[in-house]
Parts: sequence; structure tokens; C-alpha cells
Amino acid sequence: MNKLEINMLDFFKGIFTFWDSKVIIMILEGIRDTLYMTLGSTIVGYLLGLPLGIVLYVTSAKGLRPNPFIYRTGDFICNIIRSIPFLILLILLIPFTRLIVGKSYGSTATIVPLVICAAPYIARVVEASLNEVDTGVIEAAKAMGASNLQIIFKVLLVEAKTSLFTGFTITTGLLLGYSAMSGTVGGGGLGDIAVRYGYYRWKTDIMIVTVLLLIVIFQIIQNLGTYASKRIDHRKH
Amino acid sequence: MSEIEIKNLTKIFEIKGHKVTALNDINLSIEKGDIFGIIGMSGAGKSTLVRSINYLEKPTNGTVYIDDVDLSLLSERELRIKRREIGMIFQNFNLLEQKNVLDNICFPLEIAGVKKKEARKRAKELLKTVNLTDKEKAYPSQLSGGQKQRVAIARALASKPNILLCDEATSALDPQTTDSILRLLKEINETLGITIIIITHQMSVVTQVCKNVAIIDNGNLAEVGSVDEIFENPSSDAARELLSGKEITYKPVESLNTKRKIRIVFKENSAYEPVISNMILKFKTPVNILKADTKNVGGKARGEMVLALPEEEGIAEDIIEYLKANGLAVSEISEEI
Repeated sequence: MNKLEINMLDFFKGIFTFWDSKVIIMILEGIRDTLYMTLGSTIVGYLLGLPLGIVLYVTSAKGLRPNPFIYRTGDFICNIIRSIPFLILLILLIPFTRLIVGKSYGSTATIVPLVICAAPYIARVVEASLNEVDTGVIEAAKAMGASNLQIIFKVLLVEAKTSLFTGFTITTGLLLGYSAMSGTVGGGGLGDIAVRYGYYRWKTDIMIVTVLLLIVIFQIIQNLGTYASKRIDHRKH
Repeated sequence: MSEIEIKNLTKIFEIKGHKVTALNDINLSIEKGDIFGIIGMSGAGKSTLVRSINYLEKPTNGTVYIDDVDLSLLSERELRIKRREIGMIFQNFNLLEQKNVLDNICFPLEIAGVKKKEARKRAKELLKTVNLTDKEKAYPSQLSGGQKQRVAIARALASKPNILLCDEATSALDPQTTDSILRLLKEINETLGITIIIITHQMSVVTQVCKNVAIIDNGNLAEVGSVDEIFENPSSDAARELLSGKEITYKPVESLNTKRKIRIVFKENSAYEPVISNMILKFKTPVNILKADTKNVGGKARGEMVLALPEEEGIAEDIIEYLKANGLAVSEISEEI
């Protein structure tokens, strides 16, 4: 345990004197696992979802290079995955998870279904953000002789950055919630603790603490996101 | 051959199975160094025409030549390079909202692969040209409409084009700002020798800066010629309609509009002679003046007047003859004033 963890330990001891250090360590590990799953799945989700969202935008009827076949395929896959409830997806994907991570439980294993669930969602959010970019600006770039790749990287992603960042914040918040659900397959994290102690063992105090911690983490993510997207936006002064 | 040569240009859009002819067999030649106006009512097809010049719209039929190069024969890549020689500005400015003024002007150079340092140097020069040196770090949202259009002009000039296309560039601006932008365009034309093509629905824009003008009506080329010529003797209905400036006139009592009407244009020399007074004295018949105006056409004062002719046919014909003999351009008009 590092210094910070010991300090926090003292802090918690002050409030819940009847808790032993095992519980506190468990909660701290829960926070760590939750953050790991949330951020890990958001980042890997964006590695897949961002390109997919760009492809959807580019191949759509009004895109830079319309291609009905690619668009409809991507559109269909996104809709299929998004229509499966996360809990079911979690179970359906167990063999796939085992293939990739080697086991089907633990935080790292949970990231796999979280990413599969998040990628189509992210693709949709990205597509919507890019759709907001003024077509006039794209036309101006074309008139200057910009290639489609230049338009994507130097115009679309730059002009849509505020909206993209807002989407990123919303996605992170969503995945924080989903990561809590992953407790059912032994994923760990705060949600797992809340279910195991609060629900199965009637330890209401532990459940309340985990819920409060989830609320605090969510607030921090949302406020940081809102603050940052305001800072990078040059449209309003 | 002229710098821009448009031959038999036809553009047909297919909207939900319906075929709409936006442009029908247009032929135009635009000479190097000209300020060429393309005017028409909204929906006439003028924006499609200007977008055909840099091939943002590919024509259904016909050819566009820029400096003898047939644009349809260029590959995508060659076309992109060709477009750097053709700057373009828009009604809504279309600046990059997330980039500051300097980076906006550098943008076409960045696309062309020019080194950043060199691009910035060029951008700063251009800011001087458009008179905005104090705004280089500002973002578009902090600028007024006129300032935004100045930035857009600087951006369009960054890649040293030979041609500048202006698509309704002053339509979103107030009259004073429009004047200052038009003066700037004229100055750019004179100092840099860039051919400027101005798309507009406002006759005042054409008469103020253009040397030549084409009138587009419902996808057809109604009339083309020097601004002087068309202002004096509009031969097409579309031209007369645009000259009468319908959008701003008020309707006088109906009885005045029942008679035959003529539009006369005074040139500078004839403006000194009291032609109308002399005419009334000579024919001993009063005429109604329905409208009188002076306009600045290419820097020269032009008087314009619409008269209701007397009922008697003989006198009406004589009056027309008399005015023509006095060196005025006379045309009969049918539309209401």
C-alpha cells in the first residue's frame, strides 16, 4: 500500500470505525478496478468505434464517398449489437472473451464485452458529431483542393472536436455504469462489491458507500469532460 | 482562347426520380483580368454554374476549359491541384470555426504541403492586403460578417490563384460592408490581376464592380455583355426585371401602370441636357414620371427614368423617336414598376 492509500484508510476508519481494514482495502481495490475497466474499455472502444464512425459518415448518402453497401453493413452491425442488452451480451461473449484474454472472469476479461458493447455506440456518437460539421466548410476545403483524407483529419475531426469530446464524456459515464453490471460474471469493481455485499449479504453500509463512490466518480468524469470541452471550444467567446 | 471557356454546359439533377435541369446549354467566355458578374434570381442556376468552374459540380454535358485545360480530362489528383489556382469565397464565409484567423489563412497552404513558417509569412502578408493585421489571433466567432469575409478572401488568395470565384459573397452583409468588400475585390483585381467571377442576385453589386455580366434565367443564359451595354439596353426580360429592382420598389396606383411605359437611361453627356423638359415643350403633352434614379455603373453616373407615355399612339411613337434621337437608350417595359 502506498502513502495515499494509508491516508485514505485513516479517513475511512474515522467514519466507519467498525470496519476492518480488509473491507477498506477491498473498496479501494474496487475503485481501482472500476476505473481500470471504465477507462480501458473507453479507450479500446474508441480505437474501434472512432474509425467505424468515420466510415459510417464518409460512406453515408451525403458523405464524402457514398457507398450504400458499406454504409448499410456498418449500420446493420451497429444496430444489432446495440439492440442486445448488455447483461445478455456479457454472457453471450464468454467464449469469445476466453479466446482473447484466456479467462472469462476478472477486470481485464470484462473489458472485452464492454468494448464490443461500446464500439457501435461510439461509432454512432462519432457519426452524429461529424454530421454536425457545416457542409459549407467541407465544400470550402474541397474548393481549396483538399483530398478526402485531408478533409477527415484536418477539417472534420478538428471542427467536430468539442462535440466529439462531449460524446467521449457521455460514453465514459455509460461504461462506468456498465462496468458495475459486470460484477455478475466476477468482473470485480465497485458494482461487484455492491451486489455481493449489499444484495447477497445484507450489508447495507457497504452498498451505500459503493454507490456514493460511483456517484462521486461519475460526477468527476462528467465535470472534467464538460470543463475540458468548454476549454477547447473556440466557437463561443 | 479565353481564360475560362464554358462550352454547351448542361447540368441535370436527379431528385427523387425527377429530372431537374439546373443549367441548359450555357456558353460563356471569361477573359483574363475581368470582373465578371453572373446574376439571376434565386434558383436560376447561377450557383451551379460557378461550382462547375472549379468542378465541385460535374456537368452532365459540356466542357469547362481553364487556360485551355479541359477539366473533365483531369484525374481526381490533378483536379485538386488545379483547384489551388481557383480561389473561392462564399455567402456564409465557411471559415474553420476552431482555428484562428492566421491558421484559417494558412489552411490552403497546409493542404498544399507548404512549410508552416513560409505559410505564416504569406498569411501575414495577406492580412495586410485585406486590412486585418490586428486580428490574426482572433477566432471567427469574434469577428463581424465583413471581417469574416475579409479573412475568407485572404484565405482564398493564399495559394496565389489566377481566378477568384465569389458565390453570393456579399449577400449576408449590410450595404456599407458590401461596398467595402466590393472595393477590396476591385483592388485585388487591379493590383494582382486576378480574374474575379461574382455570383449575385443584386444588380447593384454588378453595376458597382463588374465589367461584364451574364444573366441567368431559369437555367438558361438570357443575356451576356458589358455592364454598360446591358444597363443601357437590356434585351431580355430577365435583365429588365433585375434592373427594375423589383425587390425594393413600392407599387404606385394601378392607373399609372395601365399605360405604355418606357425606360430611358441617361449617359453622362446627355445628363446635362434638359431632354425631358424639351420633350414636353415640343409635344405639348405631359408625361408621368413613374421612377427616377441614378446609379453608379462602373464608376460612372447613370440616370435611369421610367415614363408613362401619353395614350395617343402617334405621340407615343414620336416621343420614343425624339428621345432616341437625343442619344438616350430607350426600351419599352411591360412589368409593373
